[in-house]
Amino acid sequence: MADVQTLKQLVLGRKDVQDLTDVETEVPPDLMTINMGPSHPAMHGTVRIVLTVDGERIVKSDVQPGYLHRCFEKEAEYATYTQVFPYTDRLNYVSPMINNCGWAMTCEKAMGITSLIPRRAEYIRVIVSEMSRITDHLTCVGASAMELGAFTAFLYFLKAREWLYEILEIVSGARLTHSYVRVGGVSKDLPEGFDAQLTHCLDQIEKVMVEVEAMLNSNKIFRDRMAGVGAISREDAIATGCVGPIARAAGVDYDVRKDYPYSIYPEVEFDVPLGTTGDCLDRYLVRIEELKQSIRILRQCQKQIPPASSTGEGRFMIDDARCALPPKTDTYNTIESMIRHFKHVMDGIKIPAGETYTFVEGGNGELGFYLVADGTGRPYKAYVRSPSFVHLSTASKIIQGHLIADIVPIFGMINMIGGECDK
Amino acid sequence: MAKLVLDALTAKFPQAVSHTETINGDEIAWIKRDDLHTVAHWLKTDPKMLFDAPVFVTAIDRLDWKPQHRPLAEHWTEDKPRFEVCFQLRSVKYRYRLRLKVSVPEHDPRCPSLSSLYPAFDWQERETFDMYGIRFEGHPDLRRIYLYEEFVGYPLRKDYPKEKRQPLVRRDDLPINPIKATGEDR
Repeated sequence: MADVQTLKQLVLGRKDVQDLTDVETEVPPDLMTINMGPSHPAMHGTVRIVLTVDGERIVKSDVQPGYLHRCFEKEAEYATYTQVFPYTDRLNYVSPMINNCGWAMTCEKAMGITSLIPRRAEYIRVIVSEMSRITDHLTCVGASAMELGAFTAFLYFLKAREWLYEILEIVSGARLTHSYVRVGGVSKDLPEGFDAQLTHCLDQIEKVMVEVEAMLNSNKIFRDRMAGVGAISREDAIATGCVGPIARAAGVDYDVRKDYPYSIYPEVEFDVPLGTTGDCLDRYLVRIEELKQSIRILRQCQKQIPPASSTGEGRFMIDDARCALPPKTDTYNTIESMIRHFKHVMDGIKIPAGETYTFVEGGNGELGFYLVADGTGRPYKAYVRSPSFVHLSTASKIIQGHLIADIVPIFGMINMIGGECDK
Repeated sequence: MAKLVLDALTAKFPQAVSHTETINGDEIAWIKRDDLHTVAHWLKTDPKMLFDAPVFVTAIDRLDWKPQHRPLAEHWTEDKPRFEVCFQLRSVKYRYRLRLKVSVPEHDPRCPSLSSLYPAFDWQERETFDMYGIRFEGHPDLRRIYLYEEFVGYPLRKDYPKEKRQPLVRRDDLPINPIKATGEDR
């Protein structure tokens, strides 16, 4: 065993390898513990990993989330059901519309009015959800490509994402935190000219995707960093609770939109892409294919959506006094509607005592809300089953045995969204 | 759909299943605490069940449970167990969904851990421990996950005030933490 002085010399690099004696080369390499994050460009800002490394290879890791914990569940217990929508925006802030829809569907299921939602409202929800799914995947793929050095792909995809955000801003009034969906429908109808804007935007996005795919799909550097990295088997994916693109890349044929159809998804045609190896490259390819499928769904919805009307299926809000605000003209002209409006805003929607677990296909997979209601206007308990949290719990196992540099594509493709993971 | 799951479960474990119910279409089975692991193992491995996919773990604190328009008998009282731990499972092959519930009393907040059967429950049980203080027996690494080690109390319990602050860095402009102030070290 070499003494301290020799080790020091080794570390300081004063000797060449060929000058070392046999004893010195037999020095067992010490494991080193290093800290990655929470402030690290590839950790998406909010995750800390304590790595135990043998040289560049990861032996053990402890992933620590929680730096973005904002007490979603505690806050939700003190807010009315409608006031929870802004909080859900801030869960997965890359696809807030899907969170909105998930929470609205949870409340509707607890009230037993799921089948009464007007079809136009359902179509609007699916349209904004799929637009959100596109922004989610664009961000995930673009950011991962950037972390691997492909900055152009990032800029192209963020440009495309911005077009969608602009349309969603016209629809909802806010660029990122939409709070657009309500219990019983959506807060307002689609604006004039929405159809033409969306058609133009989808055409442009398809062009951008052709460009970015040409840059990435057969790019040797990109493929070398992605292929065979972070693979997970089908059995492991199921046992560790993986859902969404990560599970599908591993060959698990599970998509909430197909397996437990909700809203108007049975009325549109789309395919669920599956991978075979479950590595980062497959996750990337699955996401790219899902982008195309979302565009396909959007085009069908544009054709099938019922025209707006004030009655029947063309409404954007259910005609149920329990969860819809009275029309503004009534609110300002009759005392009964004024009182109803006041009670609605101050006391909240009354949901009968009971509990429900409702789930939708979010950008990262099954996004569920578990609601326990006690008959008042506020949730007794609101729990969110966030896919990012479950996916991040597998990260420790996935990165084991890989190089430190591999953490970057693995984390990019897990697509951990801090707000959703840390609640 | 999955009513047959509840029936099969009751037939297989008449002792372990205290009762079953269906609320808003969700199947729920109440399991006695000591039999949870046996029941879950059977659910996971039986070829007619195959509940191989874990969904979530959480707990409910019934301290303030006074449901409106319901008989008084349903309200929470001192003699009822305060916590319910929920395990939601899913069967990939048959598309069943099932929620297992375990009653946990306040003075003895223990629950068997299912993390050996379902690796995904590792972090979720840590989260439940972090938020509700339920001790999962047999969990390999039961630490806080969202909050820091020095945190006192369990924030999602109903008796934890929403306004309470416990900054790691001392801030004199914030109210004093009553739990910490009564501790032995001060």
